[in-house]
Amino acid sequence: MATIFGIPLMALFGQLLIGLINGSFYALLSLGLAVIFGMLNIINFAHGALYMLGAVTAYLLLNYAGIGYWPALIIAPIVIGVLGMVIERLLLQWLYKLDHLYGLLLTFGLALILEGVARNYLGTAGLPYSLPDSLRGGHNLGFMYLPNYRAWVIAVSLVVCFGTWFAIERTRLGANLRAATENPTLVRALGINVPRMITLTYGFGVALAAFAGVMAAPIYNVSPNMGSELIIVVFAVVVIGGMGSILGAIFSGFGLGVVEGLTKVFYPEASSTVIFVVMAVVLLVRPGGLFGRRA
Amino acid sequence: MLKWKVGLAALAATLVCGAANAQQINVKIGVLTDMASLYADDTGLGSVAAANLAAKDFMKGHPNVKVEVVSADHQNKPDVATGIASKWFDVDHVDMITDVPTSSVALALMPVAAQKNKALIYSGPGSSDITGSKCNANTVHWTYDTWMLANGTGKAIVKNGGDTWFFITADYAFGHALERDTSAVVKANGGKVLGAVSVPINNSDFSSFLLQAQQSKAKIIGLANAGGDTINAIKQGAEFGIAAGGQKFAGLLIFAPDIKALGLKAAQGLMFTETFYWDMNDGTRAWTKRWDKERNAPGKLPSMNMAGVYSGTLAYLEAVVAVGSAKDGKAVVDKMKTMSFKDPLFGTTTVRADGRGIHPAYLFEVKKPEESKGPGDLYKLRATIPADEAFRPLKDGGCPLVKG
Amino acid sequence: MQRGTDPPAGRALTLGTRSQTIAFVVLVIALAVAPFFTYPLFLMEFMCFALFALAFNLLIGYVGLLSFGHALYFGWASYLSAYAAKSWGLSPELSILVGTATAAVLGAIAGSLAIRRQGIYFAMITLALAQMMYFVALRVKFTGGEDGIQTVPRGHLFGVVNLSNDMAMYFLVLVIFLGGFLLIHRIIHSPFGEVLKAIRENELRTISLGYKVDRYKLMAFVLSATLAGLAGATKALVVQIASLTDVYWPMSGEVVLMTLVGGLGTVFGPIVGSFVILSMQYKLAWMGQWVLVIQGVIFVACVLLFRRGLVGELAHWLRIRL
Repeated sequence: MATIFGIPLMALFGQLLIGLINGSFYALLSLGLAVIFGMLNIINFAHGALYMLGAVTAYLLLNYAGIGYWPALIIAPIVIGVLGMVIERLLLQWLYKLDHLYGLLLTFGLALILEGVARNYLGTAGLPYSLPDSLRGGHNLGFMYLPNYRAWVIAVSLVVCFGTWFAIERTRLGANLRAATENPTLVRALGINVPRMITLTYGFGVALAAFAGVMAAPIYNVSPNMGSELIIVVFAVVVIGGMGSILGAIFSGFGLGVVEGLTKVFYPEASSTVIFVVMAVVLLVRPGGLFGRRA
Repeated sequence: MLKWKVGLAALAATLVCGAANAQQINVKIGVLTDMASLYADDTGLGSVAAANLAAKDFMKGHPNVKVEVVSADHQNKPDVATGIASKWFDVDHVDMITDVPTSSVALALMPVAAQKNKALIYSGPGSSDITGSKCNANTVHWTYDTWMLANGTGKAIVKNGGDTWFFITADYAFGHALERDTSAVVKANGGKVLGAVSVPINNSDFSSFLLQAQQSKAKIIGLANAGGDTINAIKQGAEFGIAAGGQKFAGLLIFAPDIKALGLKAAQGLMFTETFYWDMNDGTRAWTKRWDKERNAPGKLPSMNMAGVYSGTLAYLEAVVAVGSAKDGKAVVDKMKTMSFKDPLFGTTTVRADGRGIHPAYLFEVKKPEESKGPGDLYKLRATIPADEAFRPLKDGGCPLVKG
Repeated sequence: MQRGTDPPAGRALTLGTRSQTIAFVVLVIALAVAPFFTYPLFLMEFMCFALFALAFNLLIGYVGLLSFGHALYFGWASYLSAYAAKSWGLSPELSILVGTATAAVLGAIAGSLAIRRQGIYFAMITLALAQMMYFVALRVKFTGGEDGIQTVPRGHLFGVVNLSNDMAMYFLVLVIFLGGFLLIHRIIHSPFGEVLKAIRENELRTISLGYKVDRYKLMAFVLSATLAGLAGATKALVVQIASLTDVYWPMSGEVVLMTLVGGLGTVFGPIVGSFVILSMQYKLAWMGQWVLVIQGVIFVACVLLFRRGLVGELAHWLRIRL
């Protein structure tokens, strides 16, 4: 069998595919973060906690209302999105004129609160949530066994990512939003309700995080800590892609998934740290990230 | 809140029996545990409830003894733990600290207790070094340790036909120790280790490592990790068709709350070793009911760690009465090593010269969903390992307290 | 960011404003008598963290650079100090020196990389570097992995004073803390400090005035890292443990919280902030998970309502500078 650096070629393909799958998760998560930063200039540290709440909502829907995975994919993001809008109106709107630092600190505090409360009611070991029956099983691709659910994840991720990018970069609504970020007074003068747009945008970014949470629930352990483990990695992804850039977040999400996947094969112990190495290198070489605007 | 209840109960008891001439003994016990993080469901408030139960039960039978229980969260950090422990010992007159999950924390506390001559009754940590190379005269290690887990689970599985292994190991000292001990047992019983991969802790996605395990074609995938990592690996294993491919998981460190979190669909067939299960017999069932009332939170199961806090605390208190006071930690621990303790949770426990508490261990297998009759009905018993075989032989530990 | 103007450099020797002098005297007296009333170990830990927060504040409050990776210097200084005391058998003052020197070197390397960028990107580079060094700490043998370096001997100061006595150790820590505080104060109120503040207010104008801004930033960074290292090296001897918690990113977050609660850019803010946060952790340890929720609430409240921090709000209300 052909080998590269001692690893069979077939095995490497399998790992690359897995890397892409993980990357699609990163892309989905960092998308919401990029939207929120790009449009609101808020560094949303609560993103991980909101992702977790999406997964928890899916669990609660299943356990207490008998509502399964498919409806949860729609209901949970809406519920958490509304929560996001409440947060924006109550807490975040006072911070837009201030330094980035304050938004980051406030959302960091928010994350602590959300996770702590969830922990108190749900414990830390985790909550059971199984794969939906229609997505069980998988196919043997020769070089690996691909679970159907993972294929589903890539497909959904691509659709959502490019859908969002299209909506923001290519539609009128998106154009209004981008204009409102650059010059809110002027856009307001044109009759557009800027504060409402901003609230809805934050809600949308949060809904994306919750959506990723529901997608994660069947395969990752649903526990109050699940967000805090991912949040700084997702941060790194967004920074590498360029903090305001949607496309940057998508590409760096997928790209970093692959890089991490390769590291898991050749130097697995470093797989949690490799993203930071990449981040440091990218920031030193290209100041604004790969696709981003200058700091 | 609970502190007051315990204090009042004690006061009432002493008033009623004021006529008795028994000497008044005061004991203060600290439950130092993980309340918010990785092990919170396996220990945490459940251990505090267990300690409170032990205090109440003991005071009922011994009206001249006043037991007070305090608790704190060490957040799995050695320096936070030593800070709290030092303050407890120096300022708050705490005589004994119990539970202490996370081996790095447990090891850090041992010199502190030795220096201040207090007692440690460990039920939470796993490292076999606690009664091995790092043993001291003030520590008793109850419930389990990594040697027992490796030996119980590893040996039983190899004998059952699982003779080729691949390890997924959490990349920290504890994970490596678990892998090392289990590897040794596997090889000693005629099995082979085909490979291993080291994974950073708190890793959510195991697909890459499961793929490597599948490619190794080992019959058994040993999970040398704990908590969320184990749960994630098993959950994703179900997804990737590990069982369908003819491979099985061996959970080297897993507790009842973790099984509950996984659900029977994902966890069925998993084999592991524990020293307590709530549904073993009438004694354990009755105790679990009372623990549930004390814990006062819905849907929780007692883990073996929590049971060990109850059992170990009772044993400690019996030794305190035998010595007459709790002030000299080493004296109480020495007394424990001469006594034998019986309770409905562990049966009979004796304490060896190296501080190791010995009781029987059980090999469990997780039931299939169709075999389970209710939400807590998780395990079936596969084998019982008698106390003298379940733990590492005294001479093999390298503990300086063991003569010859 | 709320910052007041500071007194001109010429008044440095009088310790800034009169209110600052009074506050300093109160601080010294309070710390001198406190160990007779409160558990000394807690006070020593508090002073180490207060020094850590003061060092961090130097960078954020006076130069305007938010570092997300300050745990790097604190933690690695702690490791080297512990290792020097335990495995090399050095006396405590030398161990602390070794730890502090380590932090200075690491600060110089990290600083030279990080200051090439501004704002959030600067912060992210510091975070990335801290994460990489965390990984190194995890894998390198001498740090002891998650067990850390335990039973670090306190030894004899200058070969004479036995530091196992808590009171003796306390006064050493007090001297180190006050020394660090005075050094920072001196830096802030010197011509060098004035340039730093100019950079914070308007970097481009400072460059146009002919100052080599990068060199000043790097110098400030190294000073901040070194003093954070001093705090870490001392802490290792106080608690007699050096562990992974000291290099992990939540530790960097803690110091931000302490400084924020106390007041960014105030002289005494970090001290008050670290006292509040540390006391909370001790007093509320029995509450378990609710401690984190409360910390979160404090974060949110501080950002929304008490942006100047406790000391900042007090100073603003009294119309003095603290």
